[in-house]
Amino acid sequence: MEAQDRFDAIIAADERIEADDWMPDDYRSTLIRQVAQHAHSEIIGMQPEGEWIPRAPSLRRKAILTAKVQDEAGHGLYLYGATETLGVERADLLDLLHSRKQKYSSIFNYPALTWADVGAIGWLVDGAAITNQVPLCRCSYGPYGRAMVRVCKEESFHQRQGFQIMLTLAEGTDEQKAMAQGALDRWWWPSIMMFGPPDTESVHNARNMAWGIKRYTNDELRQNFVDMTIPQAELLGLTMPDPDLRWNEERGHYDYGEPDWEEFMQMVRGEGEMPAQRIRVRKSAHDDGAWVREAAEAYAQKHEAAA
Amino acid sequence: MTGSWPMWEVFVRARRGVDHVHFGSVHAADGESALQAARDLFTRRQEGVSIWVVRSSDVVASDPDDEAELFEPAADKDYRFPTHYELPAEVDHM
Repeated sequence: MEAQDRFDAIIAADERIEADDWMPDDYRSTLIRQVAQHAHSEIIGMQPEGEWIPRAPSLRRKAILTAKVQDEAGHGLYLYGATETLGVERADLLDLLHSRKQKYSSIFNYPALTWADVGAIGWLVDGAAITNQVPLCRCSYGPYGRAMVRVCKEESFHQRQGFQIMLTLAEGTDEQKAMAQGALDRWWWPSIMMFGPPDTESVHNARNMAWGIKRYTNDELRQNFVDMTIPQAELLGLTMPDPDLRWNEERGHYDYGEPDWEEFMQMVRGEGEMPAQRIRVRKSAHDDGAWVREAAEAYAQKHEAAA
Repeated sequence: MTGSWPMWEVFVRARRGVDHVHFGSVHAADGESALQAARDLFTRRQEGVSIWVVRSSDVVASDPDDEAELFEPAADKDYRFPTHYELPAEVDHM
């Protein structure tokens, strides 16, 4: 059987492509771009929350947030590992991130202004990420799907701890409740834009669906997330910052307003000071760690020579 | 140079009595630090009680192009399976 036929047959049978299999160049390059961007997002995502570790309101919250940020680092490593199975080197991927030739999710270019933002990030940003990632566990590329299974297992704690922060604030003083509402107002629209542009504007939707890289369209995932989140906001007693939000009996879904796609495109283009800052912090962490990597390597070489 | 650390495949035994299972890979300068990295990355939630790391370059793998040649001959030898044998109901639990 020709290589292309075999690839097509595996996809048609909804089986998995593995690292050593032949695959079309476009399939490989699409996955490298997507999985690398996902990996970059995980490690850049450590920053907005990491900034809150020293300012967390209690020792327990500090321990929880440290564990969460450590998970994000781990998710990055799972995903860099999956990207490398496609024939790229991790060092090159980091260079592409640092030189801004590969992107990370623009959600991490929004600042976390208050402690309530840490709650909203866990509840909404991780909630949206989970909605996106659960179907990716069935991605046609085996190593990516398996990495996503591990990520999803850990992600559930992230969302639950975020919701609990929001719940604590929502049940607190008027000032604390206002803080929770402010964070919801700031994070709602960016969260629902995490699913990407509307299906009518999304260039690769159809091809990626046919390849089994994507299982649901951007708008389907966004609708899932909206439907799931509104009852949660009601439970918190908070108001969604969308006047067009209402239950549509006929569709069996919530209708929602149009996000500001112009803002989304600005964020994707990485304009402004925040993206530059994220990369600066990332790069200096990498550069500051160089001596550790060199020392470990020198130690390994010395012991190998002695053996 | 940094970034040239070799890759290691990580196998974790979830609990006593079961096999080590492939969990993923890590980069590390040597085996000992690969073990530490694997412990930090894969077992923060009691996922295991034992870890093996193996240099990825030491793994010898079958070629996916040989899949049919290697594994398909088993398909027409159903007499290797217990269900091939139809027995009277009285002894069919055998």
